[in-house]
Amino acid sequence: MAHSYTPGLTVTPRTLVARKRLLPIPGVVLVQEGESVSSDKVVARAELPGKVHVVNVVNLLGILPEDLKEFMVKREGERVEQGQVLAENKPLIKWFKSTVVSPITGSVETISNSTGQVLLREPPRRLDLFSYVDGRVVEVIPGQGVRIETTCAFVQGIFGVGGETWGTLVMVATSPQQPLEAGQLTSDHAGKIVIGGAFVGAEALQRAKAVGVKGLVVGGMHDKDLRALLGYDLGVAITGTENIGFTLVLTEGFGQIPMASKTFELLKALNGRKASISGATQIRAGVIRPEIIVPRGSEESLNAADLSGQVRAGAKIGDPVRVIREPFFGRIGEVVALPSDLLMIPTESHVRVMEIQFADGTKAVVPRANVEIIEGS
Amino acid sequence: MTDRPLRTIVATDCGSTTTKAILIEKVGNEYRQTFRGEAPTTVEAPFEDVTRGVLNAISEIEELSGRRILEDEKILTPSGIGGDPKAGVDIYISTSSAGGGLQMMVAGVVQSMTGESAQRCALGAGAIVMDVLASNDGRLPHEKIERIRSLRPDMILLSGGTDGGTVTHVVEMAEYISAAEPRPRLGMSYNLPLIYAGNTDARERIKDILGKKTALTITENLRPTMERENLVPARTKIHDLFLEHVMAQAPGYRRLIEWAGAPIMPTPAAVGLIMETIAKKQGINLIGVDIGGATTDVFSIFQGIFNRTVSANLGMSYSISNVLAESGLENIMRWVPFSIDEQDLRNRIKNKMIRPTTVPQTLEELMIEQAIAREALRLALGHHKTLATGLKGVQQERSISDVFDQKGSGQTLINMLQLDLIVGSGGILSHAPRRVQSMLMMVDAYEPLGFTELSVDSIFMMPHLGVLSTVNEQAAMEVFVHDCMIYLGTCIAPIGQGKQGERCLEYTAALPGGPVQGTLKFGELRLLPLGLNEEAMVQVTPARNVDVGAGRGEAVHRRARGGVVGLMLDGRGRPLNLPSRLEDRVGLLKKWHDTLNLYPT
Repeated sequence: MAHSYTPGLTVTPRTLVARKRLLPIPGVVLVQEGESVSSDKVVARAELPGKVHVVNVVNLLGILPEDLKEFMVKREGERVEQGQVLAENKPLIKWFKSTVVSPITGSVETISNSTGQVLLREPPRRLDLFSYVDGRVVEVIPGQGVRIETTCAFVQGIFGVGGETWGTLVMVATSPQQPLEAGQLTSDHAGKIVIGGAFVGAEALQRAKAVGVKGLVVGGMHDKDLRALLGYDLGVAITGTENIGFTLVLTEGFGQIPMASKTFELLKALNGRKASISGATQIRAGVIRPEIIVPRGSEESLNAADLSGQVRAGAKIGDPVRVIREPFFGRIGEVVALPSDLLMIPTESHVRVMEIQFADGTKAVVPRANVEIIEGS
Repeated sequence: MTDRPLRTIVATDCGSTTTKAILIEKVGNEYRQTFRGEAPTTVEAPFEDVTRGVLNAISEIEELSGRRILEDEKILTPSGIGGDPKAGVDIYISTSSAGGGLQMMVAGVVQSMTGESAQRCALGAGAIVMDVLASNDGRLPHEKIERIRSLRPDMILLSGGTDGGTVTHVVEMAEYISAAEPRPRLGMSYNLPLIYAGNTDARERIKDILGKKTALTITENLRPTMERENLVPARTKIHDLFLEHVMAQAPGYRRLIEWAGAPIMPTPAAVGLIMETIAKKQGINLIGVDIGGATTDVFSIFQGIFNRTVSANLGMSYSISNVLAESGLENIMRWVPFSIDEQDLRNRIKNKMIRPTTVPQTLEELMIEQAIAREALRLALGHHKTLATGLKGVQQERSISDVFDQKGSGQTLINMLQLDLIVGSGGILSHAPRRVQSMLMMVDAYEPLGFTELSVDSIFMMPHLGVLSTVNEQAAMEVFVHDCMIYLGTCIAPIGQGKQGERCLEYTAALPGGPVQGTLKFGELRLLPLGLNEEAMVQVTPARNVDVGAGRGEAVHRRARGGVVGLMLDGRGRPLNLPSRLEDRVGLLKKWHDTLNLYPT
């Protein structure tokens, strides 16, 4: 093994974050380089081609595909209203006349004399791409989108569901160990991003939806509650498009796990500030983790010290870490030794390990692969 | 094919996460894999240049071997350049699955005929098939169009109709594709590659419909008649377009293509090629499996027919939660000799999904992971069996007995009794702490019948050897046999059921340490010592209702190959049924584990 991989999630009060905002298909960019934008600003726009409808005209008129064009009233490219005649036959006796009408308003895309089908297309749909974060446009990619930078507090979660949203952060937990109870959520939390402590259960999730919160940030949840929330068992960790009424970010994982105190304290300090959050998670090459971005004002701009230390290095003695696998799952401690030799663990695998001291003073030897550095300071 | 004379070869596999490099050298008269290095793949930000990871992995080999391979960030060729015997290599070759590999959508007319043929073609070329569209797939036209539009594949393969047959349906599919205006996954500035391999009579219409909207390539019909599949021309085109279009869009690949002395292949295509070469050379039937974090690939060669499937959502980390969803909790827990709270287990599995690089630290966790692997392997083979079939829709001449058998066309080609060798690959199999664990995982999941040899890939160098076989087959074969494959041994598994403790078979084996004989009872597993590079003549006489390959009650006398585990006698019955009562099952599992010395105590 050449390298021991010690992943880490960033939790930092100040950093510079850049977000590329790209359209799925070519369109127009509506902002300029250097412009300041807020999260709800439309930075680029595209026209999504309309939905296609297929009408089998030859079957409906009882004619042959090669004769189709003779019976068409509308031509390719022509606009058509719902209920308007698309094609009709020409019987000798008027009584036998049949017509085919358009099921939609749109245009005639193709008239096929091979298959006898007519393809109709609905008008294009406008797709607005929002800035998502308050920041400054630092690059315009013509026809595709922009890159936006923001000086912000930045917290990465481990897993999330639901897409991008923004709102005011409201801390309701009094400690990282406290679970979020349904009773803590009130109508005052509508449109807000609510920060809980260790855990959210099914009842609180239902309540969050009912009161209309925009986002929830907690330490953990049970798999069964996620299944109930989504309506299916999530098999592969690609999320961000769920339509569950709010965006959910887990900072620690599955189970009842206290939020890391560093994360908790930072979010507590940001209580009342505007945040942009996303639940999008993709765990594979090109990892995407859920995030909480809290823009800082110009008076809080970065200094050199904030930007240093952002280059990820391996674990060091004294680093705060979180164990991410049984038997110490969820426990937070500090690195006290980094032996370089491979060590045999109870499974008989030979792996690189580190020694950790937990808050209660106890120590444990854990594979480095099972530890996450709590990054940012 | 004539082998190119080569003495020193450097090969890389640019995977999604890691780029693995190996050095192969001619040592005496034989090719051997001598050094290896690896580095993180650098296709994505901040590097966005695949060659960076390749250079890093090769420089690790330089450090270990003392051979100078790189100069000014270029690969030095040939070997012995400048008169220095420790400099340069004769050829650099590579495979790639970075950035999610090759993702394709395929379309045919009849789902079980041209749809399946197109699917087999794309899978054999190393692709992940995102969807199979067909005229009769049960979806309404607008649903098909929406699906095509939302997929964003790297490439589309369109087939349909036999040559000279009706053109209407395949033209209809082309119209749907055209209406969807499909966009490629990578980049916005180029047209999506589309291969047409259907009815030759429809070519002009296809050109009219798709010529302007896609980068259209027309090749031979992959199903020219109902009775014949012709997958090679379309497969070759997929490889060409993979290089010209898909790879050329990925950062750094143009330079990588220039460096390579042979076309860069999709990783699974190269693995398939080496498996096919081995089966062909040794005249054997083979099943190969590569169980990764996200996907499980299964390859088979039966009677010379190659098939590959990829179960895109069965894997040990990224897709581990989907194994649970597909197999069900009970099926996983039946392999574990203890009980565990359901909620706790489900949370543990989800935590592995979101933190895929973690490793089991406790024995209990290892057992759970290996139980999940058994289910992933079992499900992936089941999936493979449904696609590795004879051609469907073929008219067959039937005898009276066939009529009574009620066998239709399209039977699976996978016959476990005729299977000679299982090759396992992927972290959970290649890096199991004890080799016997890998062997039992495969035996439990696949339930081999009769005599079957098992092996594992030592360090996942099959992709490198697959691409090497295109330039020097001898080198690829020699390295495969000596350095890649680790023979675990042979499993002898009789077909039949019996009560626990009832006689299953008698055996005698002329082992190198002296002859042994005994009786294997139902419900027993036994391991006989037969080491690596050892063989033994084995005589097996089954009970009256038991079959070891020659028929019920018929004795079998044949040679068995040894390995790092040995000769496994599996009297647990086929099909393998585990007791439903927890206490009985746990007791039996513990007994088997003790017999095989499966886990430390």
